[in-house]
Amino acid sequence: MTDQKMKMAPTRDGFGRGLLKLGKENKDVVVLSADLTESTRAAWFQKDYPERFFGMGVAEQDMLCTAAGLALTGKIPFACTFGVFASGRAWDQIRISIAYMKLNVKIVGTHAGISVGPDGATHQALEEIALMRILPNMTVVVPCDALEAQRATVEAANVRGPVYLRFGRASIPVITREEDTFKIGKANILRAGKDVTIIACGQMVYEAMLACDELGKEGISARLINLHTPKPIDRDAIISAAYETGAIVTVEEHTVLGGMGSAVAEVVAQVRPVPIKMVGIQDRFGVSGDPDKLFEYFGLTPKNIMIAAKEAIAMKGK
Amino acid sequence: MERLNILELDKKAIEIRKDVLKMLMIAGSGHTGGSLSSVDILVALYYHKLKNDPSNPLWNERDRFLLSKGHGCPALYAVLAHKGYFSKDLLWTLRKLGSQLQGHPQIGLAGVEISSGSLGQGLSIANGIALGLRMDKIVSRVYCLMGDGETNEGQVWEAAMTAAHYKLDTVCGIIDCNKLQIDGFCCEVKDPGIHKHKWQEFGWNAIEVNGHDIAGLIDAFDQAEKVKGKPTMIIAHTVKGKGVSFIENKAEWHGVSPKKEEYEEAIRELDEALNTIK
Repeated sequence: MTDQKMKMAPTRDGFGRGLLKLGKENKDVVVLSADLTESTRAAWFQKDYPERFFGMGVAEQDMLCTAAGLALTGKIPFACTFGVFASGRAWDQIRISIAYMKLNVKIVGTHAGISVGPDGATHQALEEIALMRILPNMTVVVPCDALEAQRATVEAANVRGPVYLRFGRASIPVITREEDTFKIGKANILRAGKDVTIIACGQMVYEAMLACDELGKEGISARLINLHTPKPIDRDAIISAAYETGAIVTVEEHTVLGGMGSAVAEVVAQVRPVPIKMVGIQDRFGVSGDPDKLFEYFGLTPKNIMIAAKEAIAMKGK
Repeated sequence: MERLNILELDKKAIEIRKDVLKMLMIAGSGHTGGSLSSVDILVALYYHKLKNDPSNPLWNERDRFLLSKGHGCPALYAVLAHKGYFSKDLLWTLRKLGSQLQGHPQIGLAGVEISSGSLGQGLSIANGIALGLRMDKIVSRVYCLMGDGETNEGQVWEAAMTAAHYKLDTVCGIIDCNKLQIDGFCCEVKDPGIHKHKWQEFGWNAIEVNGHDIAGLIDAFDQAEKVKGKPTMIIAHTVKGKGVSFIENKAEWHGVSPKKEEYEEAIRELDEALNTIK
């Protein structure tokens, strides 16, 4: 999987392709965009299905509630903007007009995490998993590559109720294959292992995979779980990991407060307490910089994951 | 409209006010002032204007009524019960544990089109419904009732632009312009200026009307329906707490319910008003 010729693509491109597929297959699918139509790839749908596309201008709150109204007439709206604005600017609209009513709105937050790079803290969404998963009725999906993003988009249309889809800007390796199964709510085990389990989501799955392989060379058997759905969380996969490996590392391009790692810890602490180390953004805002440098700066590299894995193993039984 | 019909509607509005007060008195909390101010608007809509069927509340071709000012729900609940959407017995369960009559409206109760209570969201939802119905070629109108204090919310103006941009002439907003919000008179809290001019500038047809004149309201709704290519906002000038002298025009009655003695006094006053309608 570490082949240099590995195909690269941003998860937002997978979203764009997923939308095109939906556009063809499901006439109820409509798309709204808050002035970031090209960046979010909503433009691809707009070009082919202009009568089902609604530009909303720079008005995220209005967009999410308009999407709610469309859902009330039986449409399946995908409302697209950057993750910071989708999850933060319009949080109350999502809470009351979408989640509380359990409406069939798909909220699309692109440009998530620090991989946005130079735009800096205002545009680096580091809180959406937390903000969205605490809402009742909400499903939260963080695909690990462009192919998974495409499949998550298509499958989100079949979920009855609100779904938050988190996509990134940067080109990242495509590590899943067509023949892999993908089901919202069902984690994928990418590597077997017995000493420690690394649970990752989004673009960190690839980094975790590199860490897993390096740990293997050092004689550490690490299980790797792609937890693409932080909510509803795959309790079975997590509980099995706690029982069978006795130590867990969570890895996310997101604040460690309330994010995917916290969701894992909520399950583990109440069922089978084992040591957990959380790799992620440590309670702070982002900064401008080249994305690759930012991953190093914030400690989101395979090396950091390896250190965390060894620490978690060392904590066993203490 | 025949004079008799309007008189019947005026009587109905007083009956509704009496039930609203009873609901609030039993509940022991709730929003009295803004419920009473919007009763005549609701009666004009539900008893004259809306295309609907209480026995089939999800009928696809119904006109929609969205209560964006969710705190005014006692008035909506009372009207829905009178129309037969659900039993009047439910009214006395308002705000109690296990009741479908939540303190602010929640979908699932027959006739309630949206959950609301966080202000400023209804008009955007109305636009979305209008867009969806237009795609399906369903000719239904979408009404959305807001408070004048509610127009402090920036989202209202985002929605104003959306409706004008998409030429949503099936959208008819109504502002229950009772001039008061929790902190006091709207013009002192944050002066809204002249509502009509604002909406006209945003590309809307705007109509001002006395919000307690049912014939005038019906006329305004009829006029709105004839306007094509742009949405209409009806600015209904009302009196907060309308119908009960000691509640009228008092900001402190925004979020409190009448105690038993106050309720009884209010009912005496409303019964007198009922007797004067012959």
